Amino acid sequence: MKLKKLTAACTLACAAMLGAVAPAQAQISGDTIKIGIITDMSGLYSDIDGQGGLEAIRMAVADMGGAINGKKIEVVYADHQNKADVAAAKAREWFDTQGVDMLIGGTNSGTALAMARVAAEKKKVFIAIGAATAALTNEQCNAYTVHWAYDTVALAKGTGNAVVKAGGKSWYFLTADYAFGAQLQNDTTNVVKAAGGTIVGSVKHPLSASDFSSFLLQAQSSKAQILGLANAGGDTINAIKAANEFGITKTMKLAGLLVFINDIHSLGLKTTQGLYLTDSWYWNRDAESRAWSRKFFEKMKRMPSSIQAGDYSATLNYLQAVKAIGTDDADKVLTKMKATKINDMFAKGGFIRGDGRMVHDMYLMQVKSPDKSTEPWDYYNVVQTFKGEEAWTTKAESKCALWK
Amino acid sequence: MSTSLADDKINRWSKITWGVGLALLVAAPFIGVYPIFMIKALCFAIFACAFNLLLGYTGLLSFGHAAYLGAAAYVTGWLVRSAGFSPELGILAGALSGTVLGAIVGFIAIRRQGIYFAMITLAMAQMIYFLWLQAPFTGGEDGLQGVPRGTLFGLIPLQNDLVMYFVVLAAFVLVFLAVIRIVHSPYGQVLKAIRENEPRAISLGYDVDKYKLLAFVLSTTLAGLAGALKTVALGFATLSDAHWSLSGEVVLMTLLGGMGTFAGPVVGAFTIIGLQNFLADRVGSWVTVIIGVIFVVCVVGFRRGFVGELLAWLKRRQFGKP
Amino acid sequence: MEIFGIPIQAFMGQLLLGLVNGSFYAMLSLGLAVIFGLLGIVNFAHGALYMMGAYVAWLGAEYAGIGFWWSLLLAPLVVGALGVVIERTLLKHLYKIDPIYGLLLTFGLALIAEGLFREQFGVSGQQYEVPELLQGATNLGFMILPNYRGFVVFASLLVCLVTWYTIERTRLGSYLRAGTENPSLVQAFGVNVPMMVMLTYGAGAGLAALAGVLAAPIIQITPLMGSNLIIVVFAVVVIGGMGSILGSIVTGLALGLVEGLTKVFYPEASSIVVFVIMAIVLMIRPAGLFGKEK
Repeated sequence: MKLKKLTAACTLACAAMLGAVAPAQAQISGDTIKIGIITDMSGLYSDIDGQGGLEAIRMAVADMGGAINGKKIEVVYADHQNKADVAAAKAREWFDTQGVDMLIGGTNSGTALAMARVAAEKKKVFIAIGAATAALTNEQCNAYTVHWAYDTVALAKGTGNAVVKAGGKSWYFLTADYAFGAQLQNDTTNVVKAAGGTIVGSVKHPLSASDFSSFLLQAQSSKAQILGLANAGGDTINAIKAANEFGITKTMKLAGLLVFINDIHSLGLKTTQGLYLTDSWYWNRDAESRAWSRKFFEKMKRMPSSIQAGDYSATLNYLQAVKAIGTDDADKVLTKMKATKINDMFAKGGFIRGDGRMVHDMYLMQVKSPDKSTEPWDYYNVVQTFKGEEAWTTKAESKCALWK
Repeated sequence: MSTSLADDKINRWSKITWGVGLALLVAAPFIGVYPIFMIKALCFAIFACAFNLLLGYTGLLSFGHAAYLGAAAYVTGWLVRSAGFSPELGILAGALSGTVLGAIVGFIAIRRQGIYFAMITLAMAQMIYFLWLQAPFTGGEDGLQGVPRGTLFGLIPLQNDLVMYFVVLAAFVLVFLAVIRIVHSPYGQVLKAIRENEPRAISLGYDVDKYKLLAFVLSTTLAGLAGALKTVALGFATLSDAHWSLSGEVVLMTLLGGMGTFAGPVVGAFTIIGLQNFLADRVGSWVTVIIGVIFVVCVVGFRRGFVGELLAWLKRRQFGKP
Repeated sequence: MEIFGIPIQAFMGQLLLGLVNGSFYAMLSLGLAVIFGLLGIVNFAHGALYMMGAYVAWLGAEYAGIGFWWSLLLAPLVVGALGVVIERTLLKHLYKIDPIYGLLLTFGLALIAEGLFREQFGVSGQQYEVPELLQGATNLGFMILPNYRGFVVFASLLVCLVTWYTIERTRLGSYLRAGTENPSLVQAFGVNVPMMVMLTYGAGAGLAALAGVLAAPIIQITPLMGSNLIIVVFAVVVIGGMGSILGSIVTGLALGLVEGLTKVFYPEASSIVVFVIMAIVLMIRPAGLFGKEK
């Protein structure tokens, strides 16, 4: 009698275990267009994309009416916590069980490379926006990956050249120790050397480092003219703050190789005035970008970064392509997108070329001094515009197998 | 007399329960459970069983056990992806890396007992973590990506998730049986004696350090096997596999499920992995808090874990009868 | 001017940074040693308590305008009180059983604290301003010394010395040490041992919090600042041996300096040098440099 109870108890326990497992059931959704974004929602890159990026995507969905030909558009999101395995696992799960049709890659190049691989395996559309590494359209290019807003080559060609021309010939790099930092340092090194400059040395710091003092001391003892910051987001902010604290700025000039408007907002114009930076978009660039940005501001209480604008633009163009051909089949949509010019508030006359790179104008900008700024977030002067293909990897330089 | 009769009954019904459990595991992918999730849970179940061999049956708390899972993950990942190893050789190499690393750490840590042993294993694991962070082949923060599944023994292609699942399930069953075999063997009896009264075991003439070291190395080998399987099945090896938080999680899996029981670690692993999977998207950082709360509750009031409490309750029931 | 081919500015700078790190190692391993000595508990939550001390200081500044100097007093009190509560409700159940449970319980507590703070504040960290009095830097000729970092070294040495003196040279300290050896006998003499134990954990927690406040202006205040540090402190404690208070202080400082030196000559090894030394010490002298074989 009691032994039957034992069996019952154990079977119940096993069933309970499977119950805990039940939420992982396989479901395929058929009648919706599902867009997913996996980005850093809570860490050092959460301001430049994060929640704001999600909001931008929602704005694009709303602008398309929330549905296409009767099929509802759904947006899902996840936080990869800057971990490539979390991003890859989530992407795989979404494609396998949630029927996600298009994946948007947020910040962090390591996660973007991982997600691109999963998307290629599952044959689904992947648009990398927040991540910088040019490898996405170069060594690691594939037919399902589109790189939308910016990349490390454009940053290097823009800021690197400008700084060398302004007299910064000897460089020392402070580099974030992962795919993005290494790629950015690599691309900038090529540009600096081609412009006649020299690289004195470099030091790697862990992602989300808490204390930059010992790295900065090493930089200072190198006696280079320029401290190239091959990092982004919270890391750049902290490095600039620490450089000021230790008086590094007295003997070296800082070159922020990837800086977003949120970083300038954090640091203030007094600390950052005169800084050169390269970006794909600026909210105050023209009437159209201003109009959209004010709508964004109403929701998020801050001006959008170029990544958030890119999130909007990519989603909009994807949905327009789906609407035009009446299906969300990945291969067909990609063909349509690659045949259509991009003309929206983000880019004019943009197009997706054979290696997956979305080609559009890039801007070299300089941070205004506090007295020249007329309103909050009015931080930049556009110094130079790189038209069309100027800023990107050329066909001769490219190692992408798809684009020959 | 009533003791051994009760034990016999419990043993028989344990085996039946395990059979039921296995049947459920075999059926799982066909009743709609996501195979990738099950693969992950099974790999961690292997990890927890390996850990339990050390904690539950030898009484040694290794607080840095993720080091061996991580080492095997990277070794297997690199060999299979960049050196063209076939999956079975890659997995074997991974398990062996667990052996070698375990031998080195064990040799250093064995010198101290009890709580110091735990602290040393944690510190050594952290050192190894930093080595992985720096080593170029691991890919650092980006991890080692794109590990292909390949073809097992040159005969069985593993690309299909179902096929991969049953391979992992088979490995799990083998490990489960192996642990039972080790515990019931004469060697296992000596381990039990060491756990219960080490000075007495020494006075009986056993070279206690050698026994403990061997248990440690067996455990790290199996932990390596778990890491190797996980890497081939899921396709990547990252720093999370070697992080101290994973070391803590495996302790919790074993404690929650039932230290010193066979099914305990399996129950614990499925519970924790299931919980994390279910909660991750919904509650964000609260997952860490919940894990912490479970730890505290277990230590203060639930030290025998699910299976341990179940067995204790059953034994009481048997004694209670006139 | 150069030493071993490194400009003296860089050399002294890294040594100073190493000394600052060493001060924190010393303060934290001291707290751990005190708690372990009297309670037999390896307090994994020590890192979390350190983190909470820093947050109390930051919250005080953000929302109540409480300055740095008041925080030095307030944070240890708040966190110490929390420590007392933890001891009374949770830890006291564990004294009679295997010490690994103490480690596991405090590990769980650390996770809870980390998760709660991460949920509330995110991971990217908060900034805390250096107090006005200590801002700026002094040019010593061979290096530029940020004033605050110099203060930190001085303050932590003071704290360590006061703690050492209290434990080794005062009557209260002798009760504490006796209570470790033989609680029942000491209780028979009329000393309230449970109260002493409770206050000791509170004091240990307070020490950790004080270190957190001192750290706040130097590093980013994040929920994770304690966990990585605590593992290094464990290694420090193993190297020094749990036997003597002075041992913890000396070992902590020495290891900070060694780490700083490593950064000068071989930066890649700086994150693992403490663990390597631990392995070597264990091979030669398992009880630790100042440890007493039990």
